[in-house]
Amino acid sequence: MSTLQLKGVCAAPWGQALLEDIALNLQPGTVLGLAGPNGAGKSSLLQLIAGDIQPSTGQLTFCERAMTEWPPQARAQRLAFLPQMSLLSFPYTVAEVVRLGRIPHSSGYRADSDIVEQALQLTDTVSLRHRLYTQLSGGEKQRTQLARIFAQILGQESLSGSLLLLDEPTSALDLAHQQLVLLATQQLAMRGCAIVVVIHDLNLMASIADQILVLDNGCQIALGSPEQVFTTTLFKEVFGVDVTVGHHPQEGYPMITPLRPTLL
Amino acid sequence: MALALASGAISLSFLDVSQGIFDTLLGEAGSRNALIVGQIRLPRVLLAAVMGATLAISGAAMQGLFRNPLADPSLIGVTAGASLGAALIIVTGGSLLQGYIGLSLVSAGAFVGGVIAVLFVYRLATSANGTSVATMLLAGIAITALSGSIGSLLEFFADNNMLRRISLWKMGGLDGANYPRLILASVVGGALLVALPRYAGALNALLLGESEARHLGIKVDRIKLALIIWVAVGVGTSVALVGTIAFVGLVVPHIVRMLAGPDHRYLMPASALAGALLLVVADALARVLVAPTELPVGVITTIVGVPFFISLLRNRHHYGMQ
Repeated sequence: MSTLQLKGVCAAPWGQALLEDIALNLQPGTVLGLAGPNGAGKSSLLQLIAGDIQPSTGQLTFCERAMTEWPPQARAQRLAFLPQMSLLSFPYTVAEVVRLGRIPHSSGYRADSDIVEQALQLTDTVSLRHRLYTQLSGGEKQRTQLARIFAQILGQESLSGSLLLLDEPTSALDLAHQQLVLLATQQLAMRGCAIVVVIHDLNLMASIADQILVLDNGCQIALGSPEQVFTTTLFKEVFGVDVTVGHHPQEGYPMITPLRPTLL
Repeated sequence: MALALASGAISLSFLDVSQGIFDTLLGEAGSRNALIVGQIRLPRVLLAAVMGATLAISGAAMQGLFRNPLADPSLIGVTAGASLGAALIIVTGGSLLQGYIGLSLVSAGAFVGGVIAVLFVYRLATSANGTSVATMLLAGIAITALSGSIGSLLEFFADNNMLRRISLWKMGGLDGANYPRLILASVVGGALLVALPRYAGALNALLLGESEARHLGIKVDRIKLALIIWVAVGVGTSVALVGTIAFVGLVVPHIVRMLAGPDHRYLMPASALAGALLLVVADALARVLVAPTELPVGVITTIVGVPFFISLLRNRHHYGMQ
């Protein structure tokens, strides 16, 4: 059973094409990284999967069922989306924000409290729980929102059939918390949760992604394992940057080092 | 409440008040105390409580929907539309406007004006992609300005008598209180107090943002429409019955949020209670301060509320508002 399947999906919500002919198949427990230059359509693809943008052609299937046929609440119980920016400007406490993730579920106050607790621990926000969201730093806010997203899909031991969409979950985090968040994501993936993630730090992406999809101008350029995708020619063609591809000394996944642009 | 019943141009002791209520309940409406309390003050105090609660809970719902702590029920055009409706009736009504029928006609005009204005604003903000809250805010401001200037035009052509009626009506007052009005207000207010708290969970999610709420499984467009209709009916009724009472819908939810946090499950009932309290106290003051004449209650709500509000604003960092 695949968690998410796209076949020949195009989208043009405002007339011009944002995404063209996207095809992918995501199995439970796999992590898919989306890479590409600014404006390539990474966030648009996440929004399309989340249902904010409707595909103009093609098929979008979530757990063997067309995405549009899912009732909103049932879908929200197993699909959570972390957007790039958060608009929340009301003084909820951190614990209250995380508990908002339990809205689609009717699992009761006690069970919800346990899950909120787990989500706070996964994101190292336990010590922030009584702080007001509006008074947090950028990184603390990001971890709180991430905890809310985790709380939304946690609940059962097996998470196969659940899907997390993360748009730059580490953009405001320090080094230690970047590692922590990646570890938490990997734990969820091991429990069967499928994950689609946009990260601009490509070395960070290579460390957790099973597959990487490269987008440019809304078109799918490459899809494969980090080893297959990270080549010097691809970085030259898509990003216009010269790189050397090396390997992580311990883990062995590919790492890129940009070369200094030659001055004319 | 009892204090509000006891105070007025003729001050009564608490004993007199309880005797008055007792006499009214027993059907002996003849005594002096029964007349003052049962026929004049009781409906008035109750009307103040119901309308205060209605305005405050509507304000709480609008601030949640617009994700803006400075939103006010009047933002969607209901107050301005109602004022225009009332002014239109006062100016064109002429000799029809004598006594009780006149008062009802003006109220009906206000209600219809308010609801039409909201429907218009809602139409303007709705497209194939759903209803944009930001557009609705702008459309509300535009409709408010338009109704305001048409109202000014009407005032320009009105005579002195009409002008005085319009401006008194605009200041708001509870002096028209009687049992038929109280019953109407209670039905609408009661429905609102039962209906709006059911949207508390959805409003909490909406504070995160509209698409975030949608990702949490909330049917955002349906909730938006339902909230707008409830608020239009609630505020339309209140403007129709007691005129425009400024400030309650804006500041009461704001104050309650600073004291009790932004969770709508507590915010909405607490706002209703605080709104009722503020309007009852303001109306009691309105009756007592310059007795035997009365001040417009809208003036008092503002004078009582603003200093309190300002002191909270000065300490807003304690409450986490930016």
